[in-house]
Amino acid sequence: MDSIAHPTQRQFNPYSDNGGTILAIAGADFTVIAGDTRQSEGYSIQTRYAPKVFPLTDRAVLAVNGFAADGNMFVKKVKQRLEWYRHAHSKDMPLRAIARLIQTMLYARRFFPFYVYNILGGIEEDGTGAVYSFDPVGSYEREACRAAGAAQSLVQPFLDNQIYFNNQQPAPGTSHPVHLPLPTILSIVIDSFTGATERHIEVGDGLEMYVVLAKGRGVQGLEDVRGVQELSVTEEGERIFVIRRDLKKD
Amino acid sequence: MSALEYNGGSVIAMVGKDCVAIASDLRLGTQALGISSNFQRVFPMTDRLYVGLPGLGTDVTTLYERFRYRVNMYTIKEEREINPETFAHMVSSTLYQHRFGPYFIEPVVAGLSKSPTGALKPFIAAMDLIGCINFAKDFVVAGTASSKLYGVAEGLWEPDLEPEDLFETISQTLLNAVDRDAFSGWGAVVHVITKDRVISRTLKARMD
Amino acid sequence: MDNVYRSSGFDFSNSIRNHSLAEKGLPLPKATSTGTTIVGCVFKDGIILGADTRATEGPIVADKNCEKIHYITESIRCCGAGTAADTEFVTATISSNMDLHALSTGRKPRVVTAMTMLKRHLYRHQGQVGAALVLGGVDVTGPQLFTIHPHGSTDKLPYVTMGSGSLAAMAIFESSWQPNMTREHALQLVTTAISAGIFNDLGSGSNVDACIITATGTEMLRNFVKPNERVEKERKYTFRRGATAWKSESIRKLIVNEQVTPVAGEAMDVS
Repeated sequence: MDSIAHPTQRQFNPYSDNGGTILAIAGADFTVIAGDTRQSEGYSIQTRYAPKVFPLTDRAVLAVNGFAADGNMFVKKVKQRLEWYRHAHSKDMPLRAIARLIQTMLYARRFFPFYVYNILGGIEEDGTGAVYSFDPVGSYEREACRAAGAAQSLVQPFLDNQIYFNNQQPAPGTSHPVHLPLPTILSIVIDSFTGATERHIEVGDGLEMYVVLAKGRGVQGLEDVRGVQELSVTEEGERIFVIRRDLKKD
Repeated sequence: MSALEYNGGSVIAMVGKDCVAIASDLRLGTQALGISSNFQRVFPMTDRLYVGLPGLGTDVTTLYERFRYRVNMYTIKEEREINPETFAHMVSSTLYQHRFGPYFIEPVVAGLSKSPTGALKPFIAAMDLIGCINFAKDFVVAGTASSKLYGVAEGLWEPDLEPEDLFETISQTLLNAVDRDAFSGWGAVVHVITKDRVISRTLKARMD
Repeated sequence: MDNVYRSSGFDFSNSIRNHSLAEKGLPLPKATSTGTTIVGCVFKDGIILGADTRATEGPIVADKNCEKIHYITESIRCCGAGTAADTEFVTATISSNMDLHALSTGRKPRVVTAMTMLKRHLYRHQGQVGAALVLGGVDVTGPQLFTIHPHGSTDKLPYVTMGSGSLAAMAIFESSWQPNMTREHALQLVTTAISAGIFNDLGSGSNVDACIITATGTEMLRNFVKPNERVEKERKYTFRRGATAWKSESIRKLIVNEQVTPVAGEAMDVS
């Protein structure tokens, strides 16, 4: 019989990793924000359709990746703060203000963080496309393109090459374009995700791409896109579209 | 960090139309500290056979000398050049012999193999540190930037590239992958092996 | 010390160095381990083995179309899960020993013989050789199917699964397997079981390999079903020649150009 009480250590791990990948690219007067729809834990798929990209306002879209429960709760809290802002100011919060809001909300939880990587995309007040990327405790910067999540290391260097033209010499007498047209960027986004699906086991099932167009831009570049669906209710102001594609399910 | 990442470095090989290419960075470091920007980790074994040895620096040297010795002995005893397939199995069994005290190397083999008719066929293969061979038809990668190399190569690689196009594709893949890896970079070298010549180029790369 | 053809067995000469590295904080790296779905099933005239074709390094897919059904003899095959190198070499070794055994006995080797050789090898290495195997074949005693675990324990069952996708595959067998199935029915069942692993287990993926072994012969159905072909890319990614800047070049010509110039003078006397 063992009557001596031994000290036992117990642990509760509040976090888990639910895989998946998100990515956003800013154009001159539009932004594309995309994410796959697989949610997994370990070697199991929890669901083949769990959105990671959420429209916040008519000109802001937020992609969240990491611990899904934290991600969903964080989006819920951001949306609530944006609604309060609307009630107080009778207008939507500008993109750069949403970015700062997300920073303060993340840093408020500095010592029990939301285990989430955020990418915010949309249209700035001056009508330019913008992408803001965050770490889990609120460090952020504005960029032209960013990938995050399970396949970040696979996708980001590909984007460096295809969006920023890193390591490519322009043909003699020419220079690289600063902004790429919308159809080109959509193609690069799709190819990034099919590539990541091939080589990363946690990426796949479905792809959701949100496109935010600047005020008065027109829909050029979206006319020939298969299955594009508009989310905005008026053609005034910024417009949001969503494009869905299947990814491999293995 | 494991011994495989201690000195940094990455290698990639790709198949083209009647040609293969193998490329690597030139960095040797101890963890985050850079030591050399001219460290060779891709070696010619025969005219049309190269081997890349990313991993622990000391084992790069040891295994290269070991394989050079064994290929020379093979050539003398058999009175013929070693085939890339044969060489790959030689590397593999050497690594598996050390299954319980391994060399920290993940070799990449690239070459043109001679079929019985005399035609040359592209051959690439990669191995883990205990010798499990991965025969691929498109590209193989290894080293500290392997996940980045997989991502970029999956995007950029296309079938049946001519030698000059294959050079561009493998160079771009390597450069952009190692630029996102803290333990690889500091220069790069590319070898394109065709039926009548081997083109070796050192690339202009970021040195940070 | 360093003979060209070294003595057989494992070489532990790096162990002291590697232990000292481990103590200095450089742990042993993990080898490629295959998250896998492998199955085997008995039917009316023999055995069907099945496997997926994905090899992984952690969450990264290292090989999209590898072969997991290994050759033992003409009428015995073995599926491998676990440490990739171990499954590869343990099956190759036993295949070789089975050939020698057949030569020395002058009889067709039996599946139990291969099973015993494999389990002895694995038990001797106390689970350190990380191979989980499904062994199947037809011999003089009829169809035989075994599973062999890394520590050397074995089972003999009419339908078996192993690897990270084993539960997904076993769910199919438990609901649909029946005794004395036809060849078509059994092949369909194995394909469904492997597909369940491919689609529901992240460690398994790509194609279905199957192998049908009967008393009359063995049929290896490599890439029997390919449900995961990559769709065509949206863009072409070839670069403009000259896009990559390079510093130096050296070209090694492999064909020696020899020009024969006949020296003017008298022709050779050939009379």
